[in-house]
Amino acid sequence: MSVTLEHVTRTVDGIPTIRDVSLTLERGTLSVLLGPTLSGKTSIMRLLAGLDKPASGRVLVDGKDVTGADVRQRSVAMVYQQFINYPSLTVYENIASPLRVQGRPREEIDRRVQEAAKLLRLEPFLKRTPLQLSGGQQQRTAIARALVKGADLVLLDEPLANLDYKLREELRAELPRIFEASGAIFVYATTEPSEALLLGGDTVCMWQGEVLQAGNTSKVYRHPDTLRVAQVFSDPPLNIVGVEKKNGQVAYAGGIQAPAAGLYASLADGPYRVGFRAHQLEVAKGIAGRHAFHATVTVTEITGSESFVHLNRGASNWVAVLQGVHEYEPGHVLDAVLDPENVFVFDAADRLVAAPARA
Amino acid sequence: MARIDLVDLAHSYGGNAAPPESFALKPVTMTWRQGGAYALLGPSGCGKTTLLNLISGIVTPSRGKILFDGADITPLSTQKRNIAQVFQFPVIYDTMTVGQNLAFPLQNRGVPKAEVEARVKQIADLLDLTPYLGRKATRLTADAKQKISLGRGLVRSDVAAVLFDEPLTVIDPELKWQLRSKLKALHRELDLTMIYVTHDQTEALTFADTVVVMHDGRVVQSGTPAELFDKPAHTFVGYFIGSPGMNIVPAAVSGHEARVDGHTIGLHRNYGVLPAGAKIEIGVRPEFLHVAAPASGLLSATIERIDDLGRARFARVRVGDEKFSARMPPGFSVPDNMVGLVFDPAHVHVYADSRLVEGVA
Amino acid sequence: MDKTINQKAWFLVLPVFAVVAFSAILPLMTVVNYSMQDTFGNNQFFWNGVGWFKELLDPSTDLGGRFLASLGRNLLFSAIILAIEVPLGIVVALSMPREGWTVAVCLVILALPLLIPWNVVGTIWQIFGRPDIGLLGYTLNSLGIDYNYVSNEFDAWATVIVMDVWHWTSLVALLCYAGLKSIPDAYYQAAQIDGASRWAVFKAIQLPKMNRVLLIAVLLRFMDSFMIYTEPFVVTGGGPGNSTTFVSIELVKIALGQFDLGKAAALSLVYNLIILIVCWVFYTVMTNAGVERPAKKGGA
Repeated sequence: MSVTLEHVTRTVDGIPTIRDVSLTLERGTLSVLLGPTLSGKTSIMRLLAGLDKPASGRVLVDGKDVTGADVRQRSVAMVYQQFINYPSLTVYENIASPLRVQGRPREEIDRRVQEAAKLLRLEPFLKRTPLQLSGGQQQRTAIARALVKGADLVLLDEPLANLDYKLREELRAELPRIFEASGAIFVYATTEPSEALLLGGDTVCMWQGEVLQAGNTSKVYRHPDTLRVAQVFSDPPLNIVGVEKKNGQVAYAGGIQAPAAGLYASLADGPYRVGFRAHQLEVAKGIAGRHAFHATVTVTEITGSESFVHLNRGASNWVAVLQGVHEYEPGHVLDAVLDPENVFVFDAADRLVAAPARA
Repeated sequence: MARIDLVDLAHSYGGNAAPPESFALKPVTMTWRQGGAYALLGPSGCGKTTLLNLISGIVTPSRGKILFDGADITPLSTQKRNIAQVFQFPVIYDTMTVGQNLAFPLQNRGVPKAEVEARVKQIADLLDLTPYLGRKATRLTADAKQKISLGRGLVRSDVAAVLFDEPLTVIDPELKWQLRSKLKALHRELDLTMIYVTHDQTEALTFADTVVVMHDGRVVQSGTPAELFDKPAHTFVGYFIGSPGMNIVPAAVSGHEARVDGHTIGLHRNYGVLPAGAKIEIGVRPEFLHVAAPASGLLSATIERIDDLGRARFARVRVGDEKFSARMPPGFSVPDNMVGLVFDPAHVHVYADSRLVEGVA
Repeated sequence: MDKTINQKAWFLVLPVFAVVAFSAILPLMTVVNYSMQDTFGNNQFFWNGVGWFKELLDPSTDLGGRFLASLGRNLLFSAIILAIEVPLGIVVALSMPREGWTVAVCLVILALPLLIPWNVVGTIWQIFGRPDIGLLGYTLNSLGIDYNYVSNEFDAWATVIVMDVWHWTSLVALLCYAGLKSIPDAYYQAAQIDGASRWAVFKAIQLPKMNRVLLIAVLLRFMDSFMIYTEPFVVTGGGPGNSTTFVSIELVKIALGQFDLGKAAALSLVYNLIILIVCWVFYTVMTNAGVERPAKKGGA
C-alpha cells in the first residue's frame, strides 16, 4: 500500500494553505512532518485522511485516484494533540471500540486489544476509565486505539505536545518500536527538530504550506537543500553569517578576513551565506586554521550538562552550545570560532553548495 | 521586589486533619532572596502549582506562613499581595489594544498617566511590541499574545514577585529560544524577584539561578543548575534532570568500589559504612559514561538502540536486566552489538534509599 | 471549505424537505393566494391584486391605520422589554454562584417560569393583578395606588411588561450564565492580580465574552416579543380600547373576528417580512459591531 499526493494545492478563504505538494508514502515507513505552527502539517494530514478535498491535484492510494472519496472508505486512524478518548468507557473498551464498529468476533477483539495494550504497556490499567489515568497513559490509550484499528495509514498530529517533558521522553523512546511492530504508514507531525531526529525514519520539512525537502531524516539534517530547511531543522536556531569569496580569501560580513580553506577552497568567487548550528560554533582562542569572531555575550543559559551562550555580533544573533558549565557575564566579549570544514555554505539563491563531511 | 520566606508552609485540599501523606504540599521552609530568579520544577501533580497558588494567594495554606520582606501576608487576598502572574495560556483583554492591555494593571492602581506611558513604552520596547501598541490584541498570533501577558506581568515596577505558570507552553520551539533569553535579559534589567513554574527542565535550568525540584509534594533539592546536574541529592533529581536522565542501578558498594553484575567499578571516594538494610544504588549521568570496544576490565553491554540527537549520540544499552544510556564518542562505530562501558569515577554517586551518600575523600 | 463530497447525503434531507413542504411552504402559498383576493364567505373569492397591500400601508384607511398603530405598539413593547430584560438578565447571571450545590437550585428556580405554558402565565397574571381578588392588584390599591389594568392604559402596559419580564428574563439570564461559565479561571485570576475593579472585570472580560450569547438572547427575545399573542390576549384582551392590541392580536381579530381572509393574509405576509428584515438587520449590525470573528485556526 502507498499513498501519494500529486501536485496538491489547497486554499482556505482564498489563502493558500498548501502549495503544490507532491509526496509519496510507502507501507512500513515513518514520515515526520517537521515545521513551525501553521506551516501546513495538519492540512497535509487532513488531505491524506480524506477529511478535506484539494483545490487542485490528486490523492492516490496504490495508484488509484481517491480524490474526494469519503473518509470512511479509507483505512485511516488519527491521534491528536488533545487526549481524545471516550470518557465513560474503560481503557479496554476504548481500545476495543474501532473493532466493535467493524463487528469483529469477541475472541478476535480480546486478542487484539490485549496485543495493543501489551505494546503500549497499558495492561495494568485496562479496567480503569481514562480520567483515572495520567496524561501519558491517556495518550497511550488513544495511540492503542489508533493501532488496533489495523488502519493502513496512521496519522499522529503532535501527539506528545501536551505531555510532561519526561513522559514525552519516555513515549518518544517507545514510539519507534511501536511503529516497527505495526507495519502501517505512519505520519507524525511535530514542531521540534529533536523529535524528528529521535524518531528517525524520513523527514518532510514544511514551510508556509510547501514541502521544502523530504528524505531520510539524517540526510535532511546533514544535507539541507536550502537555508530554510536548515533553519526549520535546527534547535537552537541556526546561526547565519554572510560571506564573500574573492582571490583565495573569504570576507565575513562585519569585517573578518580569512584564507579560503576547508569547504571554502572549492567555491567559485562570489557572495554566499554560511549557516552553522549551535554546536558547530566554539568558544576558544588561537586554534590554528579556525575563523575567529569577536562577539558580545547577551545571555548565558546553563542546563548543567551544557551552556547555551547567546552572542551578538552587529546585526546578527548567534547561539553557541558548550559542554559543561560556562558562566559568561552579559557584555563580555569573547572569541567565537568556526571550523571552515564544519559549516553549511549556501549560494546567493540560498541553495546548499557545501556541507561538512561529518556533522 | 521582596525577599520571600516560606515558614513551615504546607497545604492539604482535604484540610489539616488529612493524613500527612495526602498533603498536596508537604511542609517546606525556605527563603528566596529579593531579585532572584527561581524555578519550581517537577512533573504534573508534584505540588509546584499548589505552591505557586499559595504564593499568589489563590489558595490559602492549611498550615504555615508566607512572609514578604518579613511581613506575614498569609491572610491577604491576591489583590493586596502585590504580585504579578503570567499564565500558561495567554490572557488578553479582548476589547483593548495592546497598549491598553499593558497599561491596565497600572491604571487600576491609579498610577499617574505620564508614568504609565513611560513604563508601557519601556516594556513594549523590551518585548519588541512597540509596533503593535495601537492594535487590537485579539487579532495577534499566540506568541504575540503571550508576550502581552508577559508584559502585563512585568509592567509594574513595585511588585513583590512575578510568577510564571508554564508561560511558554503554547510557543513554537524557535520562538521559545527568543522569549526565554528575553525573559532572562528582562530579569537582569528590571531587578524583579521571579518565580517560574514548569515541567520542562530546559526552561527551568536555563531561566533560573536556583531551581527547586519537587516530587510528590516535597522539595527534593534546591540548587543551581550545575549542582543539580553534577550532584543530584535524590535519585529523582538525577532521573528528572538531564536528557536522557541519570543511569541509576542497584549495586553493592564497599569502600572505593561498587559491584554491578559481577563487575567492579572504581569510585572516587570512600564509602565506609552505609546504612544497614537500605537499598543501595549507584548513579552516573550518560554524559559521564561512554561506550568503547569490548575489553577486559570493562563492563560489557548489549546495544539496543542508538539515539542520534544531531550534536551528540547516545547508545541505549543493556547489562543483564539493567538499562543504561551512554555517550557514543564522535566517530565511534559499533563493531557488533557488544560494547564495553567506561565510567568516569569522579561522577559516579552512591545512593542509599534514594538519597545521596557523601563519601569520604 | 472543500470537504469531500458525497451526493448521496442529499437523500437524508428529503424527509425534512417533505415535512417542511407540507407544514410551511404549502400553507404559505395559500396565504399568498388569499392575500390577492377578497371573499364574502360561501367560499367565493374575487381577484383583488395588490389592493390589500396598498391599503395596509396607507394610514388613512381603516386597515392601514389599525395595522400601523399596532405595529408601533409592538415595536415600543419590544424595545421596552429588551431594555429591561437584557441588563436584568446580565445582572442576574453575574450574581449567580459559580460553583457548589446552590448552582443547581438557582438554575431550577430560573427555569421555572420558562416551563409554564404561555396561556397559564397569562391567567396567573390576570388573576394576580385583579384589584378585587388578585394579590398584586389588591395590595397596590390598598396602598393607595389606583391600579386597574382593565380601565387604565398605563396599568395595562405595565402589567403586560412586568409579566413578560417575569416570564422571559430567565432565558436571558441562563444564556448569559452559560457565556460566563465558559470564561477560564485564569482570566479572573489575572484580573485580580492586575488589580481590576469589579466594573473593570465586567467591562474587560465578562461582557466581551458574553457578546455571542447576548446576540442570541436579543434575537430570540425580539422575535418572541414581536410575535407576542397569548399572554396579553389572556390578560387584557388587547384593551383597554386598543391600547395593548399588538399586531398578532389585530391579525386574529381581522381573520377570525371579521373573517376578512384577504386582509389578514396580506397582513401576515407583511408581518412576516418585517420580522425577517428586522432580525437580519439585528444580526448584521451586532455581528459587525463588537462581536469578534473567531480567530482563524489554520493547518498547524
